[in-house]
Amino acid sequence: MKRNKHLLSGTFLLTAPYIVWMIIFILIPLGVVVFYALTDSVTGMFTLGNLSKVFTGAFPKVFGRSVWYSLVASAICLLIGYPVAYFIARQKPSTQRILYMLVMLPMCMSFLLRTLAWVGILRDTGILNTLLGKIGIGPLHLIRTNGAVILGMVYNYLPYMIMPLYTVIMKIDPLLIEAAEDLGCSSRHVFTKVVLPLSLPGIISGVTMVFVPAVSTFYISQKLGSTSTTMIGDVIESQFKSANNPNLGAALSLVLMVLIFICVGIMNRFAGKDNEGGVVV
Amino acid sequence: MKKMFALIVCFVLALTGCAQFATNPTSSEGSASGSGENTGDVTINVYNWGQYIASGDDGSIDVIAEFEKEYPNIHVNYTTYDSNETMYSKLKTGGISVDVIIPSDYMIARMINEDMLLPLNFDNIPNYQYIDEAYKNTTYDPENRYSIPYTWGTVGIIYNTKYVDEADIGGWELLWNQKYAGKILMFGNSRDAFGIAEELLGFDINTTDDQELQAAAEKLKEQKPLVQQYVMDEIFDLMENEEAWIAPYYAGDFLTMAAENEDLAFYHPSQGFNLFIDAMCIPSCCQNKEAAETFIDFLCRPDIAGGNMNWICYGTPETEARQYIDEEMTASEVAYPDEETLSKGSIFLFLPQETNQRMEELWLQVKTN
Repeated sequence: MKRNKHLLSGTFLLTAPYIVWMIIFILIPLGVVVFYALTDSVTGMFTLGNLSKVFTGAFPKVFGRSVWYSLVASAICLLIGYPVAYFIARQKPSTQRILYMLVMLPMCMSFLLRTLAWVGILRDTGILNTLLGKIGIGPLHLIRTNGAVILGMVYNYLPYMIMPLYTVIMKIDPLLIEAAEDLGCSSRHVFTKVVLPLSLPGIISGVTMVFVPAVSTFYISQKLGSTSTTMIGDVIESQFKSANNPNLGAALSLVLMVLIFICVGIMNRFAGKDNEGGVVV
Repeated sequence: MKKMFALIVCFVLALTGCAQFATNPTSSEGSASGSGENTGDVTINVYNWGQYIASGDDGSIDVIAEFEKEYPNIHVNYTTYDSNETMYSKLKTGGISVDVIIPSDYMIARMINEDMLLPLNFDNIPNYQYIDEAYKNTTYDPENRYSIPYTWGTVGIIYNTKYVDEADIGGWELLWNQKYAGKILMFGNSRDAFGIAEELLGFDINTTDDQELQAAAEKLKEQKPLVQQYVMDEIFDLMENEEAWIAPYYAGDFLTMAAENEDLAFYHPSQGFNLFIDAMCIPSCCQNKEAAETFIDFLCRPDIAGGNMNWICYGTPETEARQYIDEEMTASEVAYPDEETLSKGSIFLFLPQETNQRMEELWLQVKTN
């Protein structure tokens, strides 16, 4: 009993820096967001006006659009990312390291620049359309479409899908696969009955890691989308950047946060109890 | 070339800017210039519109470098914003120290009203004498206490003659023309965008009438499907590279773009347009007022003002400075329109806070609609 207590205080000491960090950089800012969301921009008095505004006008539609685009982007990331992660996990360790680094490499550059690069590629007078024009096709309308926005999200967030998937798939014991094969499983069944269930935690955490930043993203739709693909992140940005209405911006952020919690909560339910790679909310 | 350079500068500023804002404005004692009396070294933060000071390329003068050469004790930390509203929000949020800003008329009036500007000490700005009388006693700063005009200019429509039919030009309707759907750009700030819709509808651009504001918002919603993007300084790139064909913007910037793409043309819409003055001010968060005034004074010196205008292509409020500006520019109808054209321009005035808020609210509705 005594020993246990000693251990506890030791753990507490070790986590103290993180707890302090969390209070300063997560809890206090969160409190500020809540405070702004619940106060009037002019009088500074308590109000629910900002929050109720979030549920009026075009905002619900914008929220819906953001969630929908992010879900589609997450699904595409999964479809592309899973085979890549599987492939990497099955290489010999030295190759794995190189491939893993290659996946991470684009993240060394600012995502603003990477998105701007896509503008240069996709736009009407861009690289792709110039090339297509040379061989007599086009110009195709590529940029300022829903597809372009989703492309931008998939491109920017794909590494977040591959990383957790790779980590989980790498840990799957090859003996289990061998055993399944020995017991007469077809390769399709090995995948659906053994590999896929075992990599489920990675899928959940990958989808979460793509979905959460994607749903709150800004800039991507400003650059790659049309005037009708405004996402909630862009609206929030505009409230702070130019409209000078941090109260509405905070209210929108707060609702977005709750929405993300709900979505992630639903996803984590799929993961079951032993979600090793799952994201704890 | 200018664009490329600007991009690089932006990137570098983005990397270094934040750090400098944070560590400022204490004197940099470790300065290595070694003149022995540089204990008074100060850094001033100048916060200005993008593409709005001669940077030394295309054979122009480099205003900031010239200033630092002349006043080795004052270092300039230069950052940019893309609209009055962005600048206002940043200052209003607080937490930064800015010494010189160059907002437009209506924003100056708003900032004076909210006590965000410091009265200038004109003893430190002797070159104020060169400012023409016409730019003194303005509506936004009637007592000439807070601001010194930097430039003046007009808003009009820039279009690409290769794609736009001459028969379609004339008024603001061009921005609502279905024929050019997807190739039209629109202002990315509420005041300029509403101003255009109000001019098209025949309203006063300083209206506070809610019905009229709503009608203007409706007009902007009607335009939205045709608009490629709501932008500010991206217009340079989009118009020069012909990604877009039609854009409302500031006349001076048209001249900069026309130097890169000869097919671009400009006109002042028949319904009337915004006539503006941008002026130098010192915000209340200023830490080095005297150095800031020295900088403003330097910008007012006719040779510097003239050389500067040669690059930014806006109108100068100093007759004395015109001799330093290329004749081609002073003769240009775009940069210096004749009296008849100018009479159609109207100035943005101070709007009450409720109207500003209402406009932002409607603007958000337009953008999310």
